Amino acid sequence: MASSDRGDMGTESNRENPQQNPQKNPKESSGHRSYWRKNLQLIAILLFIWAFVSFGMGLAFADALHGILAPLPGTPLGFWFAQQGSIFTFVILIWVYAWRMNKLDDEYFADGDE
Amino acid sequence: MEIQQWTAILVGASFLLYIVIALRSRANSTGEFYVAGGHVPPLANGMATAADWMSAASFISMAGLISFSGFDGSVYLMGWTGGYVLLALLLAPYLRKFGKFTVPDFIGERYYSQTARVVAVVCAIFVSFTYVAGQMRGVGLVFSRFLEVDITSGVLIGMGIVFLYAVLGGMKGITYTQVAQYCVLIFAFMVPAIFISIYVADWAIPQIGFGMDTPGQGSTLLHRLNGLHEELGFSSYTQGSGNTLNLIAITFALMAGTAGLPHVIIRFYTVPRVRDARTSAGWALLFIAILYTTAPAVAVFARTNLIDTVYTEGQFQSHESMPAWFKTWEGTGLIRHEDLNGDGLIQYVGAAAVDEAGNPILNELTIDRDIMVLANPEIAGLPNWVIGLVAAGGLAAALSTAAGLLLVVSTSFSHDLLRKWLKPDLSDRQELLAARIAAGVGVCFAGYLGINPPGFVGEVVAFAFGLAAASFFPAIFMGIFMKRMNREGAIAGMVVGLLFTASYIIYFRFMHPELDSAENWWWGISPKGIGSIGMCFNFIVAAIVRSFTADPPQEVQELVEQIRIPESP
Repeated sequence: MASSDRGDMGTESNRENPQQNPQKNPKESSGHRSYWRKNLQLIAILLFIWAFVSFGMGLAFADALHGILAPLPGTPLGFWFAQQGSIFTFVILIWVYAWRMNKLDDEYFADGDE
Repeated sequence: MEIQQWTAILVGASFLLYIVIALRSRANSTGEFYVAGGHVPPLANGMATAADWMSAASFISMAGLISFSGFDGSVYLMGWTGGYVLLALLLAPYLRKFGKFTVPDFIGERYYSQTARVVAVVCAIFVSFTYVAGQMRGVGLVFSRFLEVDITSGVLIGMGIVFLYAVLGGMKGITYTQVAQYCVLIFAFMVPAIFISIYVADWAIPQIGFGMDTPGQGSTLLHRLNGLHEELGFSSYTQGSGNTLNLIAITFALMAGTAGLPHVIIRFYTVPRVRDARTSAGWALLFIAILYTTAPAVAVFARTNLIDTVYTEGQFQSHESMPAWFKTWEGTGLIRHEDLNGDGLIQYVGAAAVDEAGNPILNELTIDRDIMVLANPEIAGLPNWVIGLVAAGGLAAALSTAAGLLLVVSTSFSHDLLRKWLKPDLSDRQELLAARIAAGVGVCFAGYLGINPPGFVGEVVAFAFGLAAASFFPAIFMGIFMKRMNREGAIAGMVVGLLFTASYIIYFRFMHPELDSAENWWWGISPKGIGSIGMCFNFIVAAIVRSFTADPPQEVQELVEQIRIPESP
């Protein structure tokens, strides 16, 4: 059955009966708030880099960077960012996010009192 | 062996593999049919997502598109990969925590509204069907060129395979076939790319080869290509021609559209935990990036080889001297030479071409850009089995995407429309049957579109991204990051975003195609990029409407709190 299939992951029960564990809410919410703030900070930093390499280096500054041949001897820098560098950066950004957040999850939620 | 035999063997072997997987992974519950029971390991989900996402367009058309548009083609490379950053950081982990099965599920519950759910279902079905038509078209193209079967039989064979694993196995069958299809398609894309890179640039890694010296030419490959472009009156390969704002708008619309496409989002419901959603997004983009960073290199090699074939050592070549591949593709009508000046030579030139006396030269050669990847191995003189491999890879790309999309269509009907709206008393078994029937009908409809393609597939795909960017992406984003965003705000935002984007595209693409040029566009933004403006309107309208309507109910605010934190380990 669908519901039992998904229920063992703890999502449904948490969501449908949030009022069943109200005594935990005050203690949790300050921890949750700081967890969420750190998440938002990390997202802001990574999205800044995301926009900088694609819209910045790859498009807006591409003409200005056309004379610079880097990182390969035959690639104008803006062109390289637009067709190669930005994609490499995207991959790194997602892995950094996954690594940082999975660590943050452990810090906040690993002790099993959630 | 001949090309055709190799193709038959390789395509046949890959199909056999998909059938075996389909028979081994049958779905027994709606949970298995919709989200593979939520037990897919992140690495496998990454591969499946990559195959799901990389369609016939990515495999067959993209390198050709970049080959013919140079720098301007970058918008597709960045747009279709950058969207995964948005997906991984802003949507996937929270939607996984929310659980459930579909995107309309989230929209409907988060905005406590059946109307919002139905709007989302209609968009999801429209976007998915638009896309499926293109995939079936790709299947037909590969079959007709390489196996000399007519397009109709080609599409029917493809439909049969998809039917088998999508209807029997649902998401469970699709996931594991997609893993196999990823392996086939990436191998098929990389082998010729590596061969050509060695042949043209003496480097085995295409990503390095295309930026290095051309052996024996004394200049770098791109420098030489720019030189050829200048001689023949094409615009520079490495510099943009359009206005930067328009390129940014298109890139952003493609990114947000990618992040909002239901068949991609739904893949992140299949992993066990929130942290798995994050890592599987990392795997997915890594696997996608292998193809997406190779494509621009292939584009440069193909462009150079093509020009060298018709324009050797500063001379246009005669039609008789053209190699065999040129004539094969002429037979399909995808390469056309019209000898306008009757000199027997092929003048292949751009708009700015002039002869010694300063008179303009007319271009006599038309090449369908979709053939570049398929013809590339022949152009570079690679062995026949490589050509067969490319055919198998193109089919893997088309079939995997078609199956993922059909699943969205089938879930939208059985789960969102029937179970959650029209017939709430449906049992799990009945719902599963409904899902199978919907998938079966979807396959047949997609096959019909593949055999009788509407003339506007290309336009409609731009539509799909624009609509996803202007509707799903903002609605889901606000649902997670703005706790007090309410039903009224979200629906008003979606409606305004959709109406604005749709009417802009319909006006310029269907009603007045003659006005579709930069001087008539608003703010110089083309219909392809208008989704990003539609998205901004969505955000603004939603924020304004929210500010004078009631806050969402307490339990919805608690739902938002809950999806923001991961589950207990």
